[in-house]
Amino acid sequence: MKKLAFSLLAGLLLLAACKSGPPPSGLTGTVNTDGSSSMADVMSALQEAFREKEPGVTVNYSGTGSGAGVEAALSGACDIGLSSRRLKSSEKSKGAVAYVVALDAVAVVVHPSNPVRDLTVEQLAEIFAGKISNWQALGGPDAPVAVYGREAGSGTRGAFEEAVGVVDRCVYTNVYGSTGDVIGNISANPNAIGYASLSSVRDGVAAVAVDGVACGEDTVRDGAYRLQRPFLMVASASRPLGEAAQAFLNFAQSEEAAAYITRAGAIAP
Amino acid sequence: MTKRKPAEVSMQILFLLCGLVAVAFVLLITAYLIAAGLPAIRQVGLASFLFGRTWDSTNETDPRFGILPLILTSVYGAAGAIVVGVPIGLLTAIFLAKAAPPRLAGLLRPAVSLLAGIPSVVYGLVGMCVLVPALRAWLNLPAGDSLLAAILVLAVMILPSVIDLSAAALEAVPKEYEEASLALGATEPETWFRVSVPAAKSGIAAAVALGIGRAIGEAMAILMVAGNVANMPSLLRSVRFLTTGIAIEMNYAAPGSLQRQALFSIGLVLFLFIMLINILLSLTVKRGKEV
Repeated sequence: MKKLAFSLLAGLLLLAACKSGPPPSGLTGTVNTDGSSSMADVMSALQEAFREKEPGVTVNYSGTGSGAGVEAALSGACDIGLSSRRLKSSEKSKGAVAYVVALDAVAVVVHPSNPVRDLTVEQLAEIFAGKISNWQALGGPDAPVAVYGREAGSGTRGAFEEAVGVVDRCVYTNVYGSTGDVIGNISANPNAIGYASLSSVRDGVAAVAVDGVACGEDTVRDGAYRLQRPFLMVASASRPLGEAAQAFLNFAQSEEAAAYITRAGAIAP
Repeated sequence: MTKRKPAEVSMQILFLLCGLVAVAFVLLITAYLIAAGLPAIRQVGLASFLFGRTWDSTNETDPRFGILPLILTSVYGAAGAIVVGVPIGLLTAIFLAKAAPPRLAGLLRPAVSLLAGIPSVVYGLVGMCVLVPALRAWLNLPAGDSLLAAILVLAVMILPSVIDLSAAALEAVPKEYEEASLALGATEPETWFRVSVPAAKSGIAAAVALGIGRAIGEAMAILMVAGNVANMPSLLRSVRFLTTGIAIEMNYAAPGSLQRQALFSIGLVLFLFIMLINILLSLTVKRGKEV
């Protein structure tokens, strides 16, 4: 009998030692999120982490685009809207409230052999609008510029073109269907310049400073690096969030979620 | 005739069902493509869809859905692949069927078949890693991704079907024709080009038509070497084919948007192209048999 009690106690202690963090609150329900397709990676990381924290809550995500997501949050078609751009004033006046859960930075990358390592936003605009076609004009070698970008509809393309002010005016030499393709092709072409999300910049390409500010997590967080956009969760001011939705929103902004957001390639604010 | 066994009857029904399934799929896909492809064409207008020179599907102020650059690129690409690939393929076929020593032919034949079994993404990868940088360096281009790169990759990709079908057609030429030609004093090459090839022409035509079909329908390999910008086709610039036009934008085209519907319309045009080529193919084969 004594033995049994002892092993029971030991088992309990072991259980308590293994368990970290607060136990699930026993919350149940469904949280529907809808919006930016650029946030797919961040959302899937958050969904996975939240499932471990609150097994009773199901978080759904559908990537329909930022505008549609904000619209859905306002109309009540979903609980939380997702937007990868700042809210428009028209959306704010309809009662949309935004919470920043992550920052996404677009890095400008060139081939490592390219001596050009600092460009202004104005220079970038001229390069991507096709007005500068030789690296010599930018202090580089006498070589043609190959402008690489993403396909129409890509979130990275949208973020870059918006930040540089060349929406719908870009003259691309080539477009590719994924960030990996862009990086791979730039690392194979000394003439190339392109963009990719900060997290996918790796050896084989060089990131360029924009307006003298290097692209890094710190410069993105303090706002010095200009080519960035926020990942927002959007709720409607007129409709209070349900318990499960509020818990998910709180989790997404928590210290705990930051690690998952970083792993998904974005920067925790 | 004896009464048929139940097993025989049931097998016949099974085969009939299998045949019907295949036909049903063709009809289903046709119906779906037409249903999914027509709305955008109706909205954009047939003329401005087929003959518009600008494809700018996500422009916020003035989206354009003209697929003339895509159509022309697909046509030029297939034509270029034929111009480069068919002479090489035909000469290889003549070599394999007529000139090569049997042991060498026995080695080369499986190698050609192996070429047909290589997945298209591998052709694309080799094109991307070897051909594209080489073109850029030789021709001093900003980037090597171009119609030319796509044509060269497609030319290699159509080789196996051109070689296999042509060689089979050449081997089927009756021996007597060639013997008669040789007996009249023609040399062997003269016999191959003046007697064997003309006698096998319907088979060779079928090989060419099959090659065109493969070149028009290929997507993966050229996605990796063509650059994918919807420019009006020019040999050394980035181009977008009908197939790659669908492939590259499908990822992010929002469901229900005009962009997505227009991609289905491209699919419909591509489908009509392939149908046309298939009809052409069966006509050439049929005419060949009648002669």
